[in-house]
Amino acid sequence: MIALHGITKRFGTHSVFEDIDLTLEQGEIIVIIGPSGTGKSTLLRCINYLETPDAGRLTVGDLSLDVTRASRQEILALRRRTAFVFQSYALFANKTALDNICEGMIVVDGLSKAEAHARGREILERIGLADKANAYPASLSGGQQQRVGIGRAMAAKAEVILFDEPTSALDPEWVDEVLSLMKQLALERQTMIVVSHEMQFAREVADRVVFMDEGRIIEQGPPDELFTNPRDKRTQRFLRKVLANNPVV
Amino acid sequence: MHVLDLDYMLGLLPILLGYLPLTLEMAGAGMLAALVLACLLAVVRVQRTPGLNALAMLFISFFRGTPLLVQLFLFYYGLPQILTFLVAINGITATILGLTLHFSAYMAESIRAAIVGVDRSQTEAALSIGMTQGQLMQRIVLPQATRVATPTLMNYFIDMIKATSLAFTLGVTELMGATQKEAAGSFLYFEAFLLAAIIYWIVVEILSWLQRRLEKRLNRAYQR
Ligand SMILES: Nc1ncnc2c1ncn2[C@@H]1O[C@H](COP(=O)(O)OP(=O)(O)O)[C@@H](O)[C@H]1O
Ligand SMILES: [Mg+2]
Repeated sequence: MIALHGITKRFGTHSVFEDIDLTLEQGEIIVIIGPSGTGKSTLLRCINYLETPDAGRLTVGDLSLDVTRASRQEILALRRRTAFVFQSYALFANKTALDNICEGMIVVDGLSKAEAHARGREILERIGLADKANAYPASLSGGQQQRVGIGRAMAAKAEVILFDEPTSALDPEWVDEVLSLMKQLALERQTMIVVSHEMQFAREVADRVVFMDEGRIIEQGPPDELFTNPRDKRTQRFLRKVLANNPVV
Repeated sequence: MHVLDLDYMLGLLPILLGYLPLTLEMAGAGMLAALVLACLLAVVRVQRTPGLNALAMLFISFFRGTPLLVQLFLFYYGLPQILTFLVAINGITATILGLTLHFSAYMAESIRAAIVGVDRSQTEAALSIGMTQGQLMQRIVLPQATRVATPTLMNYFIDMIKATSLAFTLGVTELMGATQKEAAGSFLYFEAFLLAAIIYWIVVEILSWLQRRLEKRLNRAYQR
């Protein structure tokens, strides 16, 4: 189970969000939508402790911590239970596709190189890049790089994978291959929190869609409910705008 | 007019070349020690380690802000008067020490710039999978930063080889010291120092050639 209780984040005097509560069951897939600058990325980054929250409680699996008193060990433990997929892929430029995937297994989980490579090759197989094991990120397409980014997150065997707009930096031609890999993970009931404006994806894959605006969770619910019957004015306005650009079938 | 005494130079060549290993050893040892120290300084500067950062800044400022010759005299002639256990320090050790401290200050700044140049998102990616700061530095950031900094570091190595000639002011008979002695015996100063200059020049040219080849390879790195 993943639970956020009263998570608050400020940058200096600017408060991004206050008192956010959010709970996910294991195997649940939620998609967070909302205007830009609302704090979606910051929220994901707080769950991974890439940003230090100012108040609240984070629970991931058997680990539960008060964010204001988290020790270094607890932060590392939290990061081991969560994996992040970045908008800009953020692959290690000095490592091949295989080594990008294996790095965490070797350094963080302490697997032997042989074990890690065996698992790494399985993952390459699953993300459809078995033939790119020895390619460096610079020689891969955007879609391939993001699939390696997802592979790296899969290798972490995390309780939850956090996706921050995984397709929005991609040329349109590469979007589908990344989304279909994410769908595949969803079918395997990998717990995921996805920030994305791919409405079609949200509709097909999400168990729950969460709409955020100005640092607040305005409303949430199953996609057909939220998309067809949004209650709040802000949700309605936002959906009208987004769906006009990206009609959902 | 004095005609260049080529026979004398040919005879002197093997003698001077005999001192080249010492020159290269001092530069090699100084370079290795300076690299280690410079990496430490650079990491302290990048992570702004409390306390250490201020010390590192002071260190870098001092060793970049004063002439190498003054630093060498300070270590060899000055410090033993205060720290008496240093009385036994010999000229070679003092030179290596001086070269290390002096060049590490310059190299730390190039390494720091190269570290800062590594894309920040890679740092976040490493942290996000649970790597520690140390693992992140060692496995992701430093390997990339060293590649970026290598051409500049090679330049410092070349400078360091030339700077070893200052060791002769501490009474070390290395390439320069030996040339001085030979010249004083034969009075053929022009021939002797010309020959020394040519030897330094050739060594530096060989290294520059290596540097260019290395640079080409580094530019192709991580591209496959
Ligand atoms: N490192 C930072 N320093 C200061 N302000 C930040 C930082 N990161 C984000 N913000 C601010 O926090 C708010 C939320 O940003 P973000 O989480 O990126 O929104 P979203 O992902 O929904 O577009 C914005 O106002 C943004 O300017
Ligand atoms: Mg964002």
